[in-house]
Amino acid sequence: MGDLILVLAVFAACAVESVEALTIVLAVGLTRGWRSALQGVAAGLVVLAVVVAALGPALRQVPLDSLRLIVGGLLLVFGLGWLRKAIMRASGLKALHDEDAIYAREQASAAAASATSRPLVADWYSFTLSFKGVVLEGLEVVFIVLTFGTNQGRIGLAVLGAAAAIVLVTLGGVFVRGPLARVPENTLKFGVGVMLTSFGAFWGAEGAGASWPGADAALPVLIAVVLVFALGAVAVLRRERSPAGVA
Amino acid sequence: MTALVRGLRAFGAFWWDFIVGDDWRIAAGVVVALGVTVALVHADVAAWWLPVGAALVLLALSLWSARRAAR
Repeated sequence: MGDLILVLAVFAACAVESVEALTIVLAVGLTRGWRSALQGVAAGLVVLAVVVAALGPALRQVPLDSLRLIVGGLLLVFGLGWLRKAIMRASGLKALHDEDAIYAREQASAAAASATSRPLVADWYSFTLSFKGVVLEGLEVVFIVLTFGTNQGRIGLAVLGAAAAIVLVTLGGVFVRGPLARVPENTLKFGVGVMLTSFGAFWGAEGAGASWPGADAALPVLIAVVLVFALGAVAVLRRERSPAGVA
Repeated sequence: MTALVRGLRAFGAFWWDFIVGDDWRIAAGVVVALGVTVALVHADVAAWWLPVGAALVLLALSLWSARRAAR
């Protein structure tokens, strides 16, 4: 059960970030050519691999209780951030994330930018934009893979979940040759926010030395509690924003 | 301002945004909640409920504040 939740959480988080990175790379690649864009992707992946290679073994040296306290805290902060944004989007307090609009914006910027070359890179604009897209979106994935993987002692499984999402999203992008606007990104972000918050609270409490009633069986209950609370928050905020809810 | 200071500021701003995000009060609240949990556990109090309870309260407060700002 724990392994399944782990893979699902990492897969969903990675799918969301991959879709966002794909939108940037596709906009640049289709507008200005693929060579420099793909060089940027490759350079970004190398940076992420170095971060994983450096942090992975280092995290394994930290005592499990301290690791769970720190990671639990970070996941809580991260998860609450994702969940807050997702609730605001679902209730209309914030505009929905629109990959089509982002793609159009990136494509217009890419078409307007002038081309400058650097050693080994023919189009510096394409290179840097793709590089930044991959590194910035990928860092969150790396963080989630490392924290979930080391805490559960299943780094391989977490990497597998992330890799499956990247491959699936990349194949989707190649097939569609456009942004994957049909991926229910906002719903996925909502789900990931619930997962990160629940795992964060679970590991944070364990790291602090507390024992959960029912041990690991408490985790699905915790996920359900956070999910119901988040759905309730969406319902309350929606009702307040609807004309009938305005006094 | 030197390029080094600008670079350090940009580096700090990136990590602040990456970790803390849109509402710093959530991050501060989580740190306080986990600190109190550690203290309660050391005092032999069953405090497993505190991190999740605090998380939900912090989320509600942050949403309430965002809703007020949007009005």
